[in-house]
Amino acid sequence: MSAEIQQKDSGGKKKAGHMKKLSTRIDFTPMVDMIMLLLTFFMLATSMSKPQTMEIGMPTKDKVEDKDKNEAKASEAVTIYLSKDHKVYYFMGIPELDKPDFLKQTDFSPEGLRKILIQKNAAIVAKVNELKDKKLKLQVTQADYEKQLSTLKSSPGTPVVVIKPLDNSTYNDMISALDEMLICNVGKYAITELDANDKTLLKNSKVQYEEAPKN
Amino acid sequence: MPKIKLPRKDTWIDMTPMSDVMILLLTFFMLTSTFLKPEPVKVNTPGSVSEIKIPEKNIFSVLISPDGKVFLDVDNPDDRIAILERVAAEYQINLTEKEKKDFSIATSFGTPIQQFKEFMAIPGEKQKVELANYGVPTDSTDNQFQAWVKAAREVKGKDMVIAIKADQGTPYKKIKAVMGSLQDLRENRYNLITSLREVSAPKPD
Repeated sequence: MSAEIQQKDSGGKKKAGHMKKLSTRIDFTPMVDMIMLLLTFFMLATSMSKPQTMEIGMPTKDKVEDKDKNEAKASEAVTIYLSKDHKVYYFMGIPELDKPDFLKQTDFSPEGLRKILIQKNAAIVAKVNELKDKKLKLQVTQADYEKQLSTLKSSPGTPVVVIKPLDNSTYNDMISALDEMLICNVGKYAITELDANDKTLLKNSKVQYEEAPKN
Repeated sequence: MPKIKLPRKDTWIDMTPMSDVMILLLTFFMLTSTFLKPEPVKVNTPGSVSEIKIPEKNIFSVLISPDGKVFLDVDNPDDRIAILERVAAEYQINLTEKEKKDFSIATSFGTPIQQFKEFMAIPGEKQKVELANYGVPTDSTDNQFQAWVKAAREVKGKDMVIAIKADQGTPYKKIKAVMGSLQDLRENRYNLITSLREVSAPKPD
């Protein structure tokens, strides 16, 4: 396509030479082409949506005074170990160190860890679902919803989950575990490192807890 | 029957409104979007149901590659210089103005500070490729990662957000090293960058 040049009769004043008055109409097609190109570039090269994030608070390494320590009740405690190949081992309550195969194995599927936690947390899950329903019907405001949600999650009697990723687990396992906490509305959870008791426990249940030596 | 003479129509289309709309869209995209920052290593973030968005400013991002190398990034160029100066002073390294300036406009960084000068001498384009072979040391004998975080916290103040971005397959051991270093500094709150999870589709690895 080329710019169209129309000859127009200017009528009246005509100069001696054959000066033709050019049309002021400009062909915009090449411009549109270029802008399209730029537009496509910007659409592809830039990120519109920001990545999601998970906020996490870790316990301090400072020594906690014994009296300040709030021990979780045995009935509320759940300890999960994240292991190789996305396997999850867990036990409830107080560990029985000498009992072999004390740990039970599960995984990150909806039938696995999620089911266990939802069962454990049934009362709260039901209440949260009710609250979410209310929010959908616009019966509670966003601020109210968040407030109520956090009170529900931290109410007494809810499970306390201790997540202990083993050295041979991956980052994905940790995120999946944290995710399960969100899904199951568990408000009280922490990521901690293995201690001597855990190691005995894992050994007795024949779980490999150290990173496999590289071949 | 006489033939109906159709008047010849001009095929000229006026492109002006179209270009108007396009320019509008273009401006919109240019103003609203931020560029994807090139990263030294490609990481595949794990999915999560969390829907909190990451804040835009004052981020100290920590990138952990699948093999556990740590790279850092700070957003404001002036802050970058200030942070670099603090860390360099701690390790007694003299920097030239050019090195500082080059550092402030670069994207991610992550060389052991001892090799910093050597790295900055590499010509621009090669730097990006070479960076993937370095990584900030996080081991307990020479924890330069802590030095960077400490310097960043001093420069950027308490509103700075630490964001950790790691690959799905990064071994937990490497994550533990980073999180442990942060805990030593009493940096107990940070963000883990994730992507939105697909609806419970089983993911084979």
